[in-house]
Amino acid sequence: MAGSSSAVAGSTAPGRNPNRPKYSKFSQQELPACQPILTPKLVITAFTIIGIIFIPIGIASLSASQDVVEISNRYETECIPEGYRSTKDDKIQFIQNPQSNKNCTRTLTVPKHMKQPIYVYYQLDNFYQNHRRYVKSKSDKQLRSPGSESDTSDCKPENNANGMPIVPCGLIAWSLFNDTYSFTRNNYVSLTVNKTGISWKSDREHKFGKGVYPKNFQSGGLIGGGSLVSSIPLSEQEDLMVWMRTAAMPTFRKLYGKIEFDLQANDVIEVSLKNNYNVYSFNGKKRIVLSTANWIGGKNDFLGVAYITVGGICFFLALCFTALYLKKPSRLQDPSYLTWNTNPGPL
Amino acid sequence: IENLHDVFPGNETKLGMSRGVPEPKLTAVDAMIDKLTGAIFVFQLVVVIVLGIAGNVWKETEAIKINSILISGFVMAHRPKQWYVRYPPEGQWYELLIIPLRFELLCSIMIPISIKVSLDLVKSLYAKFIDWDIEMYDPESGTSSHAANTAISEDLGQVEYILTDKTGTLTENRMIFRRCCISGIFYGNESGDALKDVDLQNAVFTGSPDVIRFLSIMAICNTVVPTKSKSGTISYKAQSQDEDALVNAAAHLHVTLASKSGNIIVINYNGSNIQYELLDTLEFTSDRKRMSVVVRDCQNGKVILMSKGADEAILPYSFPGQHTKIFCEAVEQYAQLGLRTLCLAWRELMEDEYREWSLMFKEANSTLWRLAEVCQRLEHNLEILGVTAIEDHLQDGVPETIEMLRKAGMYFWMLTGDKQSTAIQIALSCNFISPEPKGQLLLIDGKTEDEVFRSLERVLLTMRITTAEHKEVAFVIDGWALEIALKHHRKAFTELAILSRTALCCRVTPSQKAQVLQSSLAMLHGLRYGCWVQLVELLKSCDYRTLAIGDGGNDVRMIQQADIGVGISGREGLQAARAADYSIGSNINQYFIAEFRFLTRLILVHGRYSYNRTAFLSQYSFYKSLLICFIQILFSFISGVSGTSLFNSVSLMAYNVFYTSIPVMVSVLDKDLSEKTVMQHPQILFYCQAGRLLNPSTFAGWFGRSLYHAIVVFVISMHAYANEKSEMEEVAMVALSGCIWLQAFVVALETNSFTILQHLAIWGNLAAFYIINWILSALPASGMYTIMFRLCRQPTYWLTMLLITVAGMGPVLALKYFRYTYTPSKINILQQAERLGGPILSLGNIEPQSRSFEKEVSPLSITLPKNRNPVYEPLLSDSPNSTRRSLGTVTPFDFFQSSSRLSSNYSRDYKTN
Repeated sequence: MAGSSSAVAGSTAPGRNPNRPKYSKFSQQELPACQPILTPKLVITAFTIIGIIFIPIGIASLSASQDVVEISNRYETECIPEGYRSTKDDKIQFIQNPQSNKNCTRTLTVPKHMKQPIYVYYQLDNFYQNHRRYVKSKSDKQLRSPGSESDTSDCKPENNANGMPIVPCGLIAWSLFNDTYSFTRNNYVSLTVNKTGISWKSDREHKFGKGVYPKNFQSGGLIGGGSLVSSIPLSEQEDLMVWMRTAAMPTFRKLYGKIEFDLQANDVIEVSLKNNYNVYSFNGKKRIVLSTANWIGGKNDFLGVAYITVGGICFFLALCFTALYLKKPSRLQDPSYLTWNTNPGPL
Repeated sequence: IENLHDVFPGNETKLGMSRGVPEPKLTAVDAMIDKLTGAIFVFQLVVVIVLGIAGNVWKETEAIKINSILISGFVMAHRPKQWYVRYPPEGQWYELLIIPLRFELLCSIMIPISIKVSLDLVKSLYAKFIDWDIEMYDPESGTSSHAANTAISEDLGQVEYILTDKTGTLTENRMIFRRCCISGIFYGNESGDALKDVDLQNAVFTGSPDVIRFLSIMAICNTVVPTKSKSGTISYKAQSQDEDALVNAAAHLHVTLASKSGNIIVINYNGSNIQYELLDTLEFTSDRKRMSVVVRDCQNGKVILMSKGADEAILPYSFPGQHTKIFCEAVEQYAQLGLRTLCLAWRELMEDEYREWSLMFKEANSTLWRLAEVCQRLEHNLEILGVTAIEDHLQDGVPETIEMLRKAGMYFWMLTGDKQSTAIQIALSCNFISPEPKGQLLLIDGKTEDEVFRSLERVLLTMRITTAEHKEVAFVIDGWALEIALKHHRKAFTELAILSRTALCCRVTPSQKAQVLQSSLAMLHGLRYGCWVQLVELLKSCDYRTLAIGDGGNDVRMIQQADIGVGISGREGLQAARAADYSIGSNINQYFIAEFRFLTRLILVHGRYSYNRTAFLSQYSFYKSLLICFIQILFSFISGVSGTSLFNSVSLMAYNVFYTSIPVMVSVLDKDLSEKTVMQHPQILFYCQAGRLLNPSTFAGWFGRSLYHAIVVFVISMHAYANEKSEMEEVAMVALSGCIWLQAFVVALETNSFTILQHLAIWGNLAAFYIINWILSALPASGMYTIMFRLCRQPTYWLTMLLITVAGMGPVLALKYFRYTYTPSKINILQQAERLGGPILSLGNIEPQSRSFEKEVSPLSITLPKNRNPVYEPLLSDSPNSTRRSLGTVTPFDFFQSSSRLSSNYSRDYKTN
């Protein structure tokens, strides 16, 4: 065999030898490749460009956020009568007593012109909607279809009341937020709050069934939060839908409604609210928030500040690298003078 | 010495059985990954325990335990309570375990299960690359390389010791009869080819009895089988290439082995047939080192003993009074030339003597007991006829290969059955050792244990002194001394093995002197270890990775024992035997290459790339798993330490299986340096050998990176999606996409060469992430319904992604650039040179030695003795794993440490040692 195929024959006529590996760029690991390396020019340019892009974006985001007009009013302590404010136990007693008068009035002043729609949010602090026990305590099936009423195994301890399944079951629904707000402008005009369309369309159409009606809700021994009108199907209970979109953070805002009316600067808004919801047990806070919105959403300076900071740092790095480069130009090292007996630095 | 390398025993022979059952191999990289996995597991346990306790504390202090039936009205206790998080009042006994178990579930992804699958996949691709490599294809024999074991390619890049067989490995195993000395007359000395020597031809023509007898023995004393083809030409089938060479040479000189049928051997001399009756064959064994036949000359009825064998197995048994000095000289002279010598001898036997002996031999033959002793009874009082010298060509490119691999920091051991002087000659001719004055060769020998020990001590002393000078010191040890050294002076011998870059072991037999070995540890295993195997064990016990290369047969056990075995499969005629041998070993650690010179490519290209790629892939796998896990842990701090998973199960599963596994898989195509550059700078292999790319400190870097990235993703997504946007599914998807963006850029940053496939995998994967999630978001039944569409419409989502990417990658890039530019590794320097068109092309002309000398005088470099200290590893000196070389046995190395204190600064001089 050795004599039959010489080296030349082997290389020129690959077909003759079945053992000869087939040539392809992939199999020979010879695919054309681009091999960028981190030259000072490349890196400095990259950081500069990032800086150039980031700072304007930051400024734009920040100004967008500044353009949003937001009125926020914390009311959980102020809406407790003076006599009950001293200790937490008093507050809890007050809030849990069905007889006590929960009505409360807050006055807000509009700082700037607010264009409609103006979103009304309630904000809760220190409320762990993301707690595992809480977040899992619901039944998607039950919410969706009337036939799955008794599918309440995930809902304990709020699964059954009086031997019947609760609809909607679970801790989330049970702890439904139930403070209510109504608004009057400049003492005489009442502002309507549009409470339709505050939930996700997909929730109304797919998650909460049209034929599912509240049953047995808040009828157990322990009342959690708000109750539901049992004649309205879940697909129209928008407050519930909003509430059941659990928040990922212990501080969150949820949409209460929309005011479809422009507010002028220095308008005085009077909020009549019913302070029903217990946040006193866990030292929580409650706020009512009126806010406009634009492309960035509500008022949130984070993105703007972060962009400006990161852009600034990138500029700074680019400057540092340039200075370093000018001061100590990294001469292209001649590999032929590599010494192999010195300790190379860490990778 | 004939047959030593060319006997291919069956599986039921002692040799065949001594191969034993190979153990499965674990590469050094695998071992390191296992170690890191262990560390991560401990970390995971700590996290689980700490968070489990914290979760239970939160539950006790914050959550509420009420029985809804018993209590109504004033239920709230006096302490702050998250009243909406309700637990049953009395839990089961395992209640306390629930939260820790939830965290265990959350953290279980910390150890990437996918790593095993990915590694198996890429490893089989590494093996395929070896099989496919057209540059490792030998057109002459039509053999391509083959990786029989797909799992150990990384180890190739980390080899430190190469143990090589000589015959058939360094040489072609194509024997050519070159010279001979018959009755004191040297033939072939002038022309270098005895067959063309006119004197010899004349002697044959005139029928000089000594010459004819000599040639007859060449033709008869063997196990060659002649076959006559139809055209009348005779071809020979020989197990041994030496015998083949001798028979062919004899035929060339008109003494032709015409046929062997039954016991009748026909020799054709000058047209006349001479018949011999074969009476007995005294077979070759590696202990006896000779073979003999007893024949009856059919013409005159005389019984003749014909022997051939190694000089020390023949010359001492000459009849008293014969002057063997001339033959000793001949042997010495031939050995100096690197030729393999065999002595031929004969004796006429008395009829009575033979008959008596024959009975004994038959008995011994049937019982296989004391066979050697019986043979010995006949093989004495021989008349030495002469010495043959056979040349075994070096394979192409052997010297270059050895030089390059030595530059790459390999320690070479050559093991051969040749005579010492032959071995030295071969070693010189293939760059194994340098001639004087640059090189120095030390000898270890001795007849008794004491002599060996003294010799060993002396060599060791010289070695310690001379390592200070830039001299290539090698030592030669013969089989007997090696055995004693391995058995009684392990400590000293280990030090010697570590100090010396090169060693020659000559006259090593596969299972030398069974009685010595059987008393040793090998007996316990019920295996008959050869010295080579012991040698491999010794090196492995010092934590060196060994590669054994051989052509099969008697080195199979060594090949199996070494971390990596390489078989030479190129030479024809040996393949069948080899295949049989190797297949028994179930190919545990083997590679097959056609020729020795392909070893360079196998190690420097395939081994090195495999190591680099695996190092990246495995650490990256940990990085991405840790990243998602850290986010979960961070999220638990804002979710009441309850073990809530931020991500839904579909996302988590897809994260490991799809989103992150594909881009990294194409790192099997990554090349940090081109093959050419690596070949020009084989020293770069040190990074692999020393495990610089995968060790606890590089892993710590990846760990830190994942922690930093987790914080970036978490903090940014939680703040950008605060307040009214804080819907859980949305925030989870923001965080998940942040991870995907980051990991795409991490892979991109760590990729050294982008082929089209890399771009496809990295950016295509990013696109695929969105497509998959759009599909999931379109399914009303999924929890993610509409989420991705909602997010993609929001400018803030894209701004958040950009922010996460830049904030996450910026510092990584800056750090990498800084190191790359101001504290570059050798790899980086070569990369720069290679890609910016530096002076790399001129490198080939520069003599490496002169370069290193220049450097040694410069104050920058270390000029002190460069010892290979087993504990101190210069490449790793500033990394925590410099103790990688910690050794299994502690005692021998106290010795080294004390000796290394003699000089303040030790480092390995890669150039000149």
